[in-house]
Amino acid sequence: MNSLIHPLLALLLAPLLLGIINRTKALFAGRTGQPLLQAYFDLAKLLRKGAVYSETTTWVFRAGPIVGVAAPVVAIALIPFGGIPALLNFPGDLILFAYLFGLMRFMTVAAALDTGSAFEGMGASREVQFSALAEPALLLGLAALARLTGDLSLSGILGSLTPQDWAHAAPALALVTAGLLVVYLAENSRIPVDDPNTHLELTMIHEVMVLDHGGPDFGLILYGASLKLWALGAILTGVVLPFHDERLWPGIVIALGGMFGLAVFVGVVESSMARLRLLRVPQLLVAAMVLSALALVLLMR
Amino acid sequence: MSPFMLGILILFISALLALALRREHEAASRVGAFGAMLGCAVATIPVLRAMAGAEIPSLILPWSMPCGSLIFRIDLLSALFLLPILLVSALGALYGLAYLRPYADRKPVGSLGRCWFWYNLLVAGMLLVCVSHNALMFLVAWELMSLASFFLVAFDDEKTEVRDSAWTYFIATHLGTAFIIALFLTMGVAAGSFDFADFHKATLGPGVMGVLFLFAVIGFGTKAGFMPFHVWLPEAHPVAPSHVSAVMSGVMIKTGIYGLLRMLMLMGHPPAWWGWTLIGIGLVSGVLGVLFALAQHDLKRLLAYHSVENIGIIAMGSGLGMLGISIGSPLLTTLGFAGALLHVINHALFKSLLFFGAGAVQHGAGTREMDHLGGLLKRLPLTGLFFLIGAVAISGLPPLNGFVSEFLIYLGAFHSGATLHGTAALSGVAVITGLALIGGLAAACFTKVFGTVFLGAPRTEHAAHAHECGILMWLPMLTLAALCAAIGLCAPLAANAMAPVVANMTGLAPEQTALAVTYAQWPLTGVVTAAVALLLALCLLALLRRRLLARRSVGATGTWDCGYARPTARMQYTSSSFAQPITDCFRMFLGTRTSLRAPGEPFPQQPGRLSTETPDIFIARFYRPLFSWITRPLSWTLNVQHGRVQLYVLYVALTLVALLIWALGWPQ
Repeated sequence: MNSLIHPLLALLLAPLLLGIINRTKALFAGRTGQPLLQAYFDLAKLLRKGAVYSETTTWVFRAGPIVGVAAPVVAIALIPFGGIPALLNFPGDLILFAYLFGLMRFMTVAAALDTGSAFEGMGASREVQFSALAEPALLLGLAALARLTGDLSLSGILGSLTPQDWAHAAPALALVTAGLLVVYLAENSRIPVDDPNTHLELTMIHEVMVLDHGGPDFGLILYGASLKLWALGAILTGVVLPFHDERLWPGIVIALGGMFGLAVFVGVVESSMARLRLLRVPQLLVAAMVLSALALVLLMR
Repeated sequence: MSPFMLGILILFISALLALALRREHEAASRVGAFGAMLGCAVATIPVLRAMAGAEIPSLILPWSMPCGSLIFRIDLLSALFLLPILLVSALGALYGLAYLRPYADRKPVGSLGRCWFWYNLLVAGMLLVCVSHNALMFLVAWELMSLASFFLVAFDDEKTEVRDSAWTYFIATHLGTAFIIALFLTMGVAAGSFDFADFHKATLGPGVMGVLFLFAVIGFGTKAGFMPFHVWLPEAHPVAPSHVSAVMSGVMIKTGIYGLLRMLMLMGHPPAWWGWTLIGIGLVSGVLGVLFALAQHDLKRLLAYHSVENIGIIAMGSGLGMLGISIGSPLLTTLGFAGALLHVINHALFKSLLFFGAGAVQHGAGTREMDHLGGLLKRLPLTGLFFLIGAVAISGLPPLNGFVSEFLIYLGAFHSGATLHGTAALSGVAVITGLALIGGLAAACFTKVFGTVFLGAPRTEHAAHAHECGILMWLPMLTLAALCAAIGLCAPLAANAMAPVVANMTGLAPEQTALAVTYAQWPLTGVVTAAVALLLALCLLALLRRRLLARRSVGATGTWDCGYARPTARMQYTSSSFAQPITDCFRMFLGTRTSLRAPGEPFPQQPGRLSTETPDIFIARFYRPLFSWITRPLSWTLNVQHGRVQLYVLYVALTLVALLIWALGWPQ
């Protein structure tokens, strides 16, 4: 039953992460900022609206947001949280984890191309390029963790990682963390790869792909994106804060604290950094891939 | 064995009948197609029995050749390759019946009959290749298969580019065959017999064995499409009729994998570098294959490059398997080979599905040029749906079959990377990086294909007036799409079926491979559970969305182009612009040629023009220089080889006289 705690927490609290990021950014900019629960208000409003569809679109356009929520929901069921094993865990679940996001991306991109808009095509084209380079970094980073712990499931890996591992394999773990952090920022369309707050369609990636979606469809997209932010963040938190406790709640509290801390960190990054030129992004992602590969090779000595 | 031979006999007879009836287009087509389907159906019976574990007695026929016996046998490895061959060939025949119909008025009398003649011979050739256990018979069947497919590629032979492509294929396949002949001769002479069963008796030094291994890789790799021996695939697949492309790309190139695996298992304990070579070839073929695919504009040429990519994945799996044998790890061996063999079947299913889809697009819209298409999902709803299923499957995404086989190879790689010691663990790093990069790029490529061809607005009149294909063409696609989903949802069963094949092939004890597959059962059950959960979540969300929208206003309008009121279809992103960031990123491997004529003065009189072309880098940089280097010193032979028959007769006569003098023992 304990395994159900994390999926429930994720489904409930994922939109809160967006609020924390935005409040952090507001704090840096000296503004009051939007309410912490703004994402929930937006979702509630969007789900109650009607929709307007482009005449060019087909059922693929309507299927995109649905897959965009279903895939991260299943992915969240694969992630352990605060020392509780995942609802569904088996050796190799980390591969499925990465590929579920592949499926989500495939359908989001297809839905964007379905509108026939040049702007959405542009965003879709960038999305597939960056994610193709981010995927090896993610899988190599997870492979390095598998090498360190000798386990092939996310629950096994994050469950057996301890603070002592940080003591004796600090360089490798630091490299993995750096690689995963880049993947986390890139996959969730945050600065320095993409700016969720930009107002110029020409420079957008994720936001421009969903220009034509409205109403409940857009609500699902917003929710799916926050679930993805949660899912990848939970892995990163699990690596950085490998504290386990026999009791249930201390672990969960630490992990939740990690998640919110990560959201604050994203807010700090977004406030203190400019985004990279689009031509530089592949270099950043290849660097992440190299960091993860280096970590794996370090652990093979 | 006899139903199998009966099936082949039906294929031969129907081939001859189609040829005899070639003046009647419709009759010849029906005889050819139904003969092919019947022959395949009859031959399937013993293959299924062999897969189920029954011992199929070998057929040994008397023959007067001095090198072994004429022996036909279906073992598990043969059966595994025969199954997709039979299925795809039968579906291809059904599809071809409708696909070739428009050609009846365009082509000269008799060409359809000839097409079916060669098609049925191609099927018979592939079947014989997989059951021949004697080197000489294998070569005869191999040649039958190659020649038949050559004539099928040259179906549209009134076009120059088709003839050129056909010759490229002809030369490539025979260069490959030359290496196979050298391999068979060396092994056969050393073993004292040309029966495959005796090949293991050959005792040769490790150096010679290494050379023979390379011969096998080059010879069979040419047929399979390993880079850099792949150059014929992107030439031959686009110009052949689509059902032939489906058969060639889906199953014929797999006979190269079959031959390679069959030979490797007869060559004794492999050194580790054999496994590394296969992994290296797999990486190069996989990554470069998908990159070249991304740069293509022709739908079928793009699919041909994807065959190179998937053969690369199969090579990586086999490489892990070979490495597993070499270092004595049954788990790695089983996972690698099981993944590779399952991918052989999976690729046969989704690649022929995609080629059938491409054929339906060509049939309905009259062009394969992706940048001239668009919006076809509205005009070809069934083809579009099946093509999407194939596209998701080939991108290796859950919950379809492509993910299952890649998952097994990944599992082997993660096992190697996480637990093995020494350099062997690096194979895991290589394969994980390769598969992840290939996966991401393949998804990019197929969103590009599906997006430009089926989504958006039609870019030309061709696309705007496209029409859906008939039941004879969509039924094969439906079957293949259903099988893609079925294997994805029955992953543990599919992996179970591979265990005895791997045991039979590698000589591992069946218990060992079963144990290794049991290791994969839990993960695969997990994958299926997740897939079912995913489908359930999809249904629930679709219902929720419907309920939310039920009482709201749902309007329709034009696409919102950021305020621009009159967008046209020409303003959409094209396949080239979609892929441009990636092809730019990897331009050092691709060598894309761009020619740009920018519009000049502020009010340009002439429209600007931009065209890009990505010719195969191996042809331009390697084969063309190589062949011109060979041709130059050999050009003097043109003095002897000039095409005058009378002088050829003189050569024959002179040779005979010289032989006669030599035979009489003069001068002594």
